[in-house]
Amino acid sequence: MILRNIELASITDKIAELALEANVRLRPDVLASLKAALSVEESPMGRRVLEQLIENAKIALESALPICQDTGIVTVYVKLGRDARIEGDLFESVQEGVRRAYLEGYLRKSIIRHPALGVENTGDNTPAAVEIEMVDGDSVDLTVMPKGGGSENVSSLKMLPVSGGLTAIEGFVLEVAAGSAAACPPLILGVGIGGNFADVAGSAKRALLRRIDDRNKEPRLADLEERLLKRVNGLGIGPAGLGGRVTALAVKVEERSCHIACLPVAVSVSCHALRSASGTVVPSSTVVP
Amino acid sequence: MVKEIRLPLTPETARLLRAGDEVGISGTIYAARDVACRRLAELIRSGERLPVDLHDQVIFFAGPTPVPPGRACGAVGPTTSKRMDPYTPELLEAGVRGMIGKGPRSPEVVSSIRRFRAVYFVATGGAAALLSTFVTRCEVFAWPELGPEAIWRLALEAFPAFVAIDIEGGDIFTEGRKGYSSNC
Ligand code: SF4
Repeated sequence: MILRNIELASITDKIAELALEANVRLRPDVLASLKAALSVEESPMGRRVLEQLIENAKIALESALPICQDTGIVTVYVKLGRDARIEGDLFESVQEGVRRAYLEGYLRKSIIRHPALGVENTGDNTPAAVEIEMVDGDSVDLTVMPKGGGSENVSSLKMLPVSGGLTAIEGFVLEVAAGSAAACPPLILGVGIGGNFADVAGSAKRALLRRIDDRNKEPRLADLEERLLKRVNGLGIGPAGLGGRVTALAVKVEERSCHIACLPVAVSVSCHALRSASGTVVPSSTVVP
Repeated sequence: MVKEIRLPLTPETARLLRAGDEVGISGTIYAARDVACRRLAELIRSGERLPVDLHDQVIFFAGPTPVPPGRACGAVGPTTSKRMDPYTPELLEAGVRGMIGKGPRSPEVVSSIRRFRAVYFVATGGAAALLSTFVTRCEVFAWPELGPEAIWRLALEAFPAFVAIDIEGGDIFTEGRKGYSSNC
């Protein structure tokens, strides 16, 4: 077997670059969706808010300022090629990249070391959560996702009764959306269904990484996403919660197999400032062990 | 039409504002979030001296990003006001006339806003790069040891906001939805 060397320094550099990019450059699919929302929104205040958000994305990019002052808590998704060889501490090289972006990029440091006591800011926005998945290939794909506190706070997880089925699932998603007026709508809702208590929230959050305009490959779930989006927009919460037609830009559902007695459902709420950036680190040399 | 407001926010100015008005705010405000608001409320309760006279002042629930070189201010925008609900009645009683934040407030806060003839404004959350262009000066004013939770002093010039709750308790978060919600 031929293994290929991945330099930890390249991972650190890439993470720093992506963390900055995610904070400063609004995802093109999100920006396009905000522009499309302008043609749907009827409320004058709602339209004002959407115009401000589009203008904000432009100013942020031009002046390298973050889209939002809440530069979030970071999750890093690592897809590690099976044929890649990494010597040293991958976890720490990721943290170093996050640290560098937040310190050198004038981003806000919002992480507290002892939440139970409410004390001690870590000073560099680390630690980031790191999720590692093994994939085919010899390179490393990285996705950096900062997420703000306002939208995290209204996210929710529930173990629903199996008998409730789709009705209960939809009811729960609607309930979460109804409580999200302060989480900077228009929202993007990531919905995890199935799996278990521990990982359903992860599915919900990962669903937010899908492109706004993609369609679920599973037709049943694509229908569910469309129906949920329509119902959420029927709430009338509107941009910034000030009333209007556009409460959400998208609903993305991820399903996993699950125990017959359980129906875990999680809703990861994202504000319109849905931030993520992805990139790849390729090997620098070949090692024949 | 945008109503121009010059701070401090006097009772006379507050009286002219109605929920749903678009405003441009100019003058000095103080940015404070969870920890700073809690400390202010504690000082008020124990009758101690405050770092700032709150009479007719506007508090901006916000914690800006660090100021990059060559700029007047970093990215700055509102945080969720609901978390400040527990401290708000005391802050209003101590003289605060206005607040800028995002999202709805509790019924208790709405009634103390009415009682103290104050105004709750919302600025667009997540538009922090845009909003920073309406800030002409920005500095840490008190409790620097709190980092992002310190009190900042900001000078605003035509800062864009909406009146969300007015002195009569008119509330955009309940009124704004009418006509757009289809009870499905
Ligand atoms: S909810 Fe999102 S857009 Fe709003 S303040 Fe928080 S991070 Fe920023």
